[in-house]
Amino acid sequence: MTAKTATTASIQKFIRPEVFPSTMCPGCGHGILMGAILRAVDELGLDVRRMLFVSGIGCAGWIPSPHFAADTLHTTHGRPVAFATGAALFNPDLNVVVIGGDGDIAAIGGNHLIHAARRNLDMTVICANNQIYGMTGGQVTPTTDIGTITATTPQGNEEPPFDLCKLVEGAGASFVARYSVYHIRPLIRTLKEALQHKGFAFVEVLSPCPTQWGRRNQFADPVALLERYKTLCVPKDRAEKMSPEELAGKVVVGRFR
Amino acid sequence: MPEIAINRDWCKGCYICVNVCPRHVLEIDQESFDHGFHPVVVARPEDCTVCRQCELLCPDLAISVSGEEAGGAPAGESHAEPPAPAPRPLPQGWATVPSPLPAGRYFLQGDEACAEGAIAAGCNYYAGYPITPASEIMERICARFAALPGKHVFVQMEDEIASIASCIGAAWAGAKAMTATSGPGISLMLENLGYAIITETPMVIVDVQRAGPSTGQATRPGQGDFMQVRWGAHGDYELIVLSPWSVAEMYTETIRAFNLAERFRVPVILLADEGVGHLRENLTIPPEVRVFNRIGPSDREPPFGGRPVPPMPVFGEGHRLLVTGSTHDEWGYRRTSSAKVQAELTARLCTKITDSLDEIVESETYLCDDDHLDLLLVSFGFTARSALGAARMAREVGYRVGLFRPRTVWPFPAEALRVVAAKSARVLVAEMNRGQMLREVQRVVPDARGFGKTDGEVIAPDEIWDAAKECLR
Ligand SMILES: Cc1ncc(C[n+]2csc(CCOP(=O)(O)OP(=O)(O)O)c2C)c(N)n1
Repeated sequence: MTAKTATTASIQKFIRPEVFPSTMCPGCGHGILMGAILRAVDELGLDVRRMLFVSGIGCAGWIPSPHFAADTLHTTHGRPVAFATGAALFNPDLNVVVIGGDGDIAAIGGNHLIHAARRNLDMTVICANNQIYGMTGGQVTPTTDIGTITATTPQGNEEPPFDLCKLVEGAGASFVARYSVYHIRPLIRTLKEALQHKGFAFVEVLSPCPTQWGRRNQFADPVALLERYKTLCVPKDRAEKMSPEELAGKVVVGRFR
Repeated sequence: MPEIAINRDWCKGCYICVNVCPRHVLEIDQESFDHGFHPVVVARPEDCTVCRQCELLCPDLAISVSGEEAGGAPAGESHAEPPAPAPRPLPQGWATVPSPLPAGRYFLQGDEACAEGAIAAGCNYYAGYPITPASEIMERICARFAALPGKHVFVQMEDEIASIASCIGAAWAGAKAMTATSGPGISLMLENLGYAIITETPMVIVDVQRAGPSTGQATRPGQGDFMQVRWGAHGDYELIVLSPWSVAEMYTETIRAFNLAERFRVPVILLADEGVGHLRENLTIPPEVRVFNRIGPSDREPPFGGRPVPPMPVFGEGHRLLVTGSTHDEWGYRRTSSAKVQAELTARLCTKITDSLDEIVESETYLCDDDHLDLLLVSFGFTARSALGAARMAREVGYRVGLFRPRTVWPFPAEALRVVAAKSARVLVAEMNRGQMLREVQRVVPDARGFGKTDGEVIAPDEIWDAAKECLR
């Protein structure tokens, strides 16, 4: 059987057209991720009425709310995983998906993330990692690379970033993967696997922010910023054959668990 | 030939599509300029191989490619709509149900009675984090939930922020949810308390107060959270706070807390203290309990407006709910720049409570039958027991002293107090803090005096009697 590909036409049933065009900036990776999530849902034939999309505060929190024509819970900054825990535990029939930014999920919400992973709760957490606080004007986050210019690291970031996949894997998640929005087909495939996974599934999605990250770091052009992932990212099986020197500055993508 | 449709109204001109197309099918139309940028045009549709890179990478869902793609067919509308999920068969409104705990007399601790009250009210989700002097509530719930029939979920969370958050998530999944803590935990919960208020989420939060500030004296009583539970979350709002003074009321007021939460779609706080929480006394459990179950939507009624207390749908039943802590209209759409929506929402969040004070506000008077009182004592929670003792001591030596006890502390029973205070020469407020309820009483009786104590000990009747003597002089 050949896999069906969801199209923009076929995912219209999952969105609220009245809220489009979205509030995202031109070239925002979160918009690509929005489409990828809906395409994964469509290709799996899931009933969105049995899905719950939980998000926090930040541009990424707006991916499902209000764009998705499904149950959405737009919570406080950092807490979507904790809110989702209650809904998932009380109604195990709900397919609970958390969508949040790197600040939301990994800074203020980091503790909830590792505990949900430890409990191996049945939910999918998608971290839209743009390595910046987009909504508040481009401050440094726990995933910002060393050297990056942000509103609060004008001389370049000096703090090492989290490897979110390693963090969550160490905490006990039973499904861990990372892709960028540029790797759109593997990303959709991975999201489909995550949505079907029983237990805690974590997908880190590198998502370009041309406005807050790009403009400060010579990548104001959304196209150049998106295509940057082509050279930045190394697939896991290729990375396994590379030396630490060769891997320096690269981001490994793939399914880790 | 494949057809490529570009939605000009949704396109923002990032030109990702133009650049990712391997066959250069799309171009930027330098001649025209609308929506603030040069539009994208389909220059060479005949070259399109339906690889869909442009469509998949468009951040604005603004490109649609139709046509057979190599190696597979588009999904199209192939998935038939499955039948709608079954709505929950819950009873709505008031109901009389058998008590889960067999009727009879029990000797219980206040915290344990609170857990029993919650279970009697229909609590079926509990999330908490250990803290003295509230942990016994969680432990009792944990043990009892395991033995109860039907769905009962207990979870010990990683902190109090997560505890209240998960209760709110569970409430929207249909649960009657509760968490219990003490001052440090309340401090952590405040942001999400505000979230529960603006999203009109019914739930119960128990604060078994201890001596603060900060870690203070973990095992000692205090009543220093009186103002915090009312004003701690930011913004303008109303909420309901009840104050039990006995083990029996730890049971009955917890039931009332759930009923009010469900009735008004508001978080209700049970403001207990270490005194009543750790007190052990007799309690009679009646055979039946009166419970209120939230009203669900009939047809398509808006979940956030239209009525003072709108009906509350739950997740998973096809309502496509938008629940947000941002200012929202009656259907949940964010309206963060509308003065009208912000004004109407904040007004309704308050008036749904303040227009129903008859249903919410309860107070009691003791020894107040005389036409004229020499002194009226006003006290809440555990301290009110001592105040009643002090009034009796005063009466033994001939003074007409009575007690006014708010059982609902927020909204404060100002009208009921005004009536009794009118016949009293003086008013004295006794509380385990440095004059928090006193301020509220002074809004009714400007010359009311206060007796506050913050040494981590309960206030004894003779201490209040000594303070009363000062007033009576
Ligand atoms: C408790 C709290 N602190 C701070 C904020 C302000 N705030 C709003 S969004 C945001 C960061 C958003 O960054 P991220 O989560 O990475 O998402 P992005 O906008 O980049 O998608 C912050 C700090 C808040 N809303 N609540």
